[in-house]
Amino acid sequence: MTHSSSDDGAPARPSVTDPETVARHRQYWRINVRYLAILISIWFVVSYGFGIVLADALNAYRIPGTSYPVGFWFAQQGAIYIFVILIFVYVRLMNRLDREFEVDEGGDA
Amino acid sequence: MTVTAWTFLLVAASFALYIGIAVWSRAGSTKDFYVAGTGVSPLANGMATAADWMSAASFISMAGLISFMGYDGSVYLMGWTGGYVLLALLLAPYLRKYGAFTVPDFVGDRYYSQLARVVAVVCAIFVSFTYVAGQMRGVGIVFSRFLEVDVNFGVLIGMGIVFSYAVLGGMKGITYTQVAQYCVLMFAYLVPAIFLSLMITGNPIPQLGLGGVDQGTGMALLERLDGLHRELGFAPYTEGTKSTLDVFFITAALMVGTAGLPHVIIRFYTVPRVRDARISAGWALLFIAFLYTTAPAVAVFARTNLIDSVQDVPYRSVPEWFTNWEATGLVTFEDANGDGRIQYVGPESSMTNELTVDRDIMVLANPEIANLPPWVVGLVAAGGLAAALSTAAGLLLVISSAVSHDLLKRSFRPDITEKQELLAARIAAGVAVVIAGYFGINPPGFVAQVVAFAFGLAASSFFPAIVLGIFSKRTTREGAILGMIIGISFTAAYIVYFKFVRPELNTAEHWWFGISPEGIGTLGMMLNFVVTIVVSRLTPPPPPQVQVLVDLIRVPRGAGEAHELSA
Repeated sequence: MTHSSSDDGAPARPSVTDPETVARHRQYWRINVRYLAILISIWFVVSYGFGIVLADALNAYRIPGTSYPVGFWFAQQGAIYIFVILIFVYVRLMNRLDREFEVDEGGDA
Repeated sequence: MTVTAWTFLLVAASFALYIGIAVWSRAGSTKDFYVAGTGVSPLANGMATAADWMSAASFISMAGLISFMGYDGSVYLMGWTGGYVLLALLLAPYLRKYGAFTVPDFVGDRYYSQLARVVAVVCAIFVSFTYVAGQMRGVGIVFSRFLEVDVNFGVLIGMGIVFSYAVLGGMKGITYTQVAQYCVLMFAYLVPAIFLSLMITGNPIPQLGLGGVDQGTGMALLERLDGLHRELGFAPYTEGTKSTLDVFFITAALMVGTAGLPHVIIRFYTVPRVRDARISAGWALLFIAFLYTTAPAVAVFARTNLIDSVQDVPYRSVPEWFTNWEATGLVTFEDANGDGRIQYVGPESSMTNELTVDRDIMVLANPEIANLPPWVVGLVAAGGLAAALSTAAGLLLVISSAVSHDLLKRSFRPDITEKQELLAARIAAGVAVVIAGYFGINPPGFVAQVVAFAFGLAASSFFPAIVLGIFSKRTTREGAILGMIIGISFTAAYIVYFKFVRPELNTAEHWWFGISPEGIGTLGMMLNFVVTIVVSRLTPPPPPQVQVLVDLIRVPRGAGEAHELSA
């Protein structure tokens, strides 16, 4: 097996063996996973929920001020808008979390 | 000026731009060639990713498909956008932190195994080749229809253009041409859409026009179309005919497949920092969403226009576009009842349908159907070419780096110098262009079908291996390899059985749980997850340095050093 330089380089890094840093990173990761769980649930509900499973039921209603049936709107418009918003929300949350736990990469904020 | 003159002018101008960029952004090192020196700004990478992702299928075929499928077309709209949420949240930041050059790089190192690397290389090459052949074919079709050259000659011109910037500039050249191609293709898509929206609904924003009122009749546009569909014996446009479960599975296969496609993933290696990888996925999806929320509007406008302009019209007085496209064989009329009029009706009508319209021509024919000025028609041709060429280039890079980096440098010839590796990458890109061109000129009959299935294959192989590799330290080499092999074999076997071995059985009552071959990748992915997790529990845990590696990729700080280490 060939060795990758990043494999070789990784264990030599001092920051990940210090117990305080390890605990801090573990906490950071736990919060990250919680954010992911919340955002992915929204992702699932707007697309698979409103856009697919509940689409027929929601089609009985119209988006106010338009002639869009609600289920059809989620499937062909709304879900996509919400996907975009979800990513930008995640970016904001994580940039804040990175700074809070001092794992950000520096440079201009 | 005529349509052909406009088309020629706009296509030639866009090609000159691409070649100019190629000359300006030549690659000097393997790092330039594979990941554009990791110096691409997140915004530029977002645009490049959008162009990389939106292929001839998105630009030319998708609105047409939706226009014939109605609500069922939502599988493409949600499926080809929702994957970016998974990419941004579950993959891109961590892969960027790892700082590799290719997808098999990560799989091979994380699973401390050459076998895993080779399995990943084979998957990457297979997925990319099926895709790229379809792009070359798209180039040929645009050339033959709009510039009246032979399809094969069109493919050769396309090969020449891609060759010049992919081989010279590698990822660096590709990235900056893709930024230009994004602008060309988006402009070309939006201009006719805005024209059509104004004409039909009086609202210049297609996304609002779609939910608006039809100017001609004063009825809500979607209600009017549902009404026309019922009258002509089609299923109502906003309801669709596929089963809910199948829509669910197809959407999931496309979403997860998107997140697992190597040519999309590698784009996130090109930005400087982890933070940039996250935001650049957001930009990419925003730029994609401009087209993907316009497409359903274009689909409805095209559908309404088509029905209004041909249904029950005497064949002798059809509009000019009809005759133009009839010459290509993509529109056919057969006067079944001999009354000299076109009856365009659906399966539930008492009359016989006499008109067949190829789904692929709706976007290309739209400006002509709506009588838009000739420069708009030329613009659409240039946009279609931009979409096909940008995707082809991204795929060719995956193929060339799989050969020169994963197979040569990391597997069989680790002793080659950087100069030799760069040369090998250029040669591999050149050979890949030629092979792709060959398939574009002599398309195997199954290419179009296989492209759709590439998503299922990517979903059932790469996605679980990468996600578990990041989120579960306990995932072992044995688990990942078995999971990938079982996931992809199951999916491929199901598809091959229903598409090629027993195509006569390819109906809902024979499918497992009513899942079509298009959606089976989702089940393959679940199988992969289960196998990987179970086998990982039963095998010895990964060595300590791999666990340290996983800890490292979970935090952003230190990305700069990580990519210097692997460079």
